[in-house]
Amino acid sequence: MTEDSGWDIIIEPKSKIFDLKIRELIRYKDLLFLFVRRDLVAQYKQTILGPLWYFIQPVLTTLTYTLIFGNIAGLSTDGLPKMLFYMAGVTCWRYFADSLIKTSDTFTKNAQIFGKVYFPRAIVPMSVTITNLVTFGIQLLLFFGFYGYYKTFQNFQGGIQLEVVFFPVLVIIMMFLGLGVGLMLSALTTKYRDLKFLVTFGVQLLMYSTPVIYPLSSIPEKYKIFILANPMTGIIETFRFMFLGTGELNYGYLGYSALFSFSLFVVGLIVFNRTEKNFMDTV
Amino acid sequence: MKSDVAIKVEGLSKQYRLGVVGTGTISHDLNRWWAQLRGKEDPYLKIGETNDRSQKGTSDYVWSLKDIDFEVKQGEVLGVIGKNGAGKSTLLKILSKVTGPTTGRIMAKGRIGALLEVGTGFHPELTGRENVFLNGAILGMTKMEIKSKLDEIIDFSGCERYIDTPAKRYSSGMTVRLAFAVAAFLEPEILIVDEVLAVGDAEFQKKAIGKMQDVSKGEGRTVLFVSHNMGAVESLCTKCLVLKNGQNSFLGDVPEGVKHYLSNKESKKDLVSRYVEKISLTSLNGVAQDAFFMGEGFNIEILVHGLDVFQGIHVGVFIMDTLNQKVTSFSTAMSKGSSSKHFERELITFSFPNQNLIPSSYVIDISISYKSGGRIEYVADALSFDIIASDIYGTGSYLNTHFGKFFLNGLAKVIEVPQEV
Repeated sequence: MTEDSGWDIIIEPKSKIFDLKIRELIRYKDLLFLFVRRDLVAQYKQTILGPLWYFIQPVLTTLTYTLIFGNIAGLSTDGLPKMLFYMAGVTCWRYFADSLIKTSDTFTKNAQIFGKVYFPRAIVPMSVTITNLVTFGIQLLLFFGFYGYYKTFQNFQGGIQLEVVFFPVLVIIMMFLGLGVGLMLSALTTKYRDLKFLVTFGVQLLMYSTPVIYPLSSIPEKYKIFILANPMTGIIETFRFMFLGTGELNYGYLGYSALFSFSLFVVGLIVFNRTEKNFMDTV
Repeated sequence: MKSDVAIKVEGLSKQYRLGVVGTGTISHDLNRWWAQLRGKEDPYLKIGETNDRSQKGTSDYVWSLKDIDFEVKQGEVLGVIGKNGAGKSTLLKILSKVTGPTTGRIMAKGRIGALLEVGTGFHPELTGRENVFLNGAILGMTKMEIKSKLDEIIDFSGCERYIDTPAKRYSSGMTVRLAFAVAAFLEPEILIVDEVLAVGDAEFQKKAIGKMQDVSKGEGRTVLFVSHNMGAVESLCTKCLVLKNGQNSFLGDVPEGVKHYLSNKESKKDLVSRYVEKISLTSLNGVAQDAFFMGEGFNIEILVHGLDVFQGIHVGVFIMDTLNQKVTSFSTAMSKGSSSKHFERELITFSFPNQNLIPSSYVIDISISYKSGGRIEYVADALSFDIIASDIYGTGSYLNTHFGKFFLNGLAKVIEVPQEV
């Protein structure tokens, strides 16, 4: 249409389905990092223990798992020290679960600010994912601490593999996965609040279909396909392989996770962008 | 040809669902989807009523905005006025992309910056400086842009001393100042402003209005301004849109628009009086209206009955300002030979061919008393009216209540006086 020429902004009831608004997101990249900074500063101001909370949570979880699943239930840990095995799983899983849970209520939680000013809404869940990355990094340090302890004092034989150079790729896959699911859920929870209850509950259930408390190798062949359908399986197995030397490095599984994560992210962003336009009327 | 149009709105409508959203959401969604599948129109778009708050409707859907068309040229300042619920905020929300329209479209040139409420995204734990960056970024500025304007922003806000203190220690006035300062330096091609000027002290309001004038006049940018402050609308805007129940009720000159808006306000409550049947305001040639320009003459007509039982009485009016202070008064005692003729029903007309009231809202109280001084009845709040600012001096200075209670028609002259030896 020639009539449209010269207009920079056209606001219409429906936008194009495949408009990912990537250019707009790039223009607002400064906002992304300012949000990350804000969340980090705000999170632990005026708490006494401050960032120590980052450590307490995974340590307690790992201890509980070691006691219940390792010692009482006697589940296999692929021959690894129980603490290290569970901590690896817990660290990865927590990052994914936190990203998902914290982004899934983006619209309801930010209704105040979204109601007053426009910026690409996807910036908010993205910033949450990046903020969580910092938490993940700190918990990773804790993991290395335990790793060092087992290596020096407990004569732990396994160790970091050469493939660890691809660790950043693994993190990116994980980011996209958490963000993708979170984007999709946040679009749905605006309209159907019931889903919110399902999310926390569902994430917990999902953990049991992920090799967090058991190794993939302990799964009977006929059930393996169900566990492998979970994209987090490939990620956690690869993580254990990279840092502890057990588990399975299967590029097929990993490729599946990557493809799954990325497609989910794209679909999530589309659904999210469609919702952002009119969510103010339903929230 | 259309090169100077900065923003164009065509057939813009917005439908809202009333009541508790949630019940029946899925069934409505399914209905919509089914209609779409058969290539039919959304069944819920056909229904819906005009948005009259006070009337009980039958439908769950209302049109908060219906078929709004207008365009604003570059450098123009469009004032949007209307009573609460007329659709002003909805219009601004659609323009600023906070929510989408139901039908119609908007086309604009350049960036649209919206100042719907200042201080959006201010975080109490961050310092003033950090908040400037965060708030600026939320409004669409890049870090570089903010950095280059940081000194100006801080200076404009007048919060220099507190800039490295967390915002939670700020007074509400300071937060607003800082937030407005950020927004003032946003520099979009199209600026949308809503009621920001209602906050802050008088000095800061002046500063804010000055900045907005610079934005439109000096820098040639387009401004859409929504306010209840008629004085601000008149002094800032070059064009005006009056919304009523979500529909375009007037589009054109500012003084005419303000008058149109003020004359269409909700009718006053019933008069509670034993003797006064009716009070009305008319223009000098007898047309009923309740808003007048500065200096425009008017008549007050009071219909009374049952006063024939009293001997020697006077009927008068007090004109009260918004603070319920007497501004002036007039009565039959001040006009020769106008005291009651002792008919059962009488019409008393006070005629003021010219008046010097400052632009503001006024209330008329009626007083009926004996000539000797005793009071028979006092009717407070009998009628209200507005005086609208106009450029009577031809100098572009619009008066408001800050200037006093009355205006003078005067002349100012400046001549040089040589130093006396």
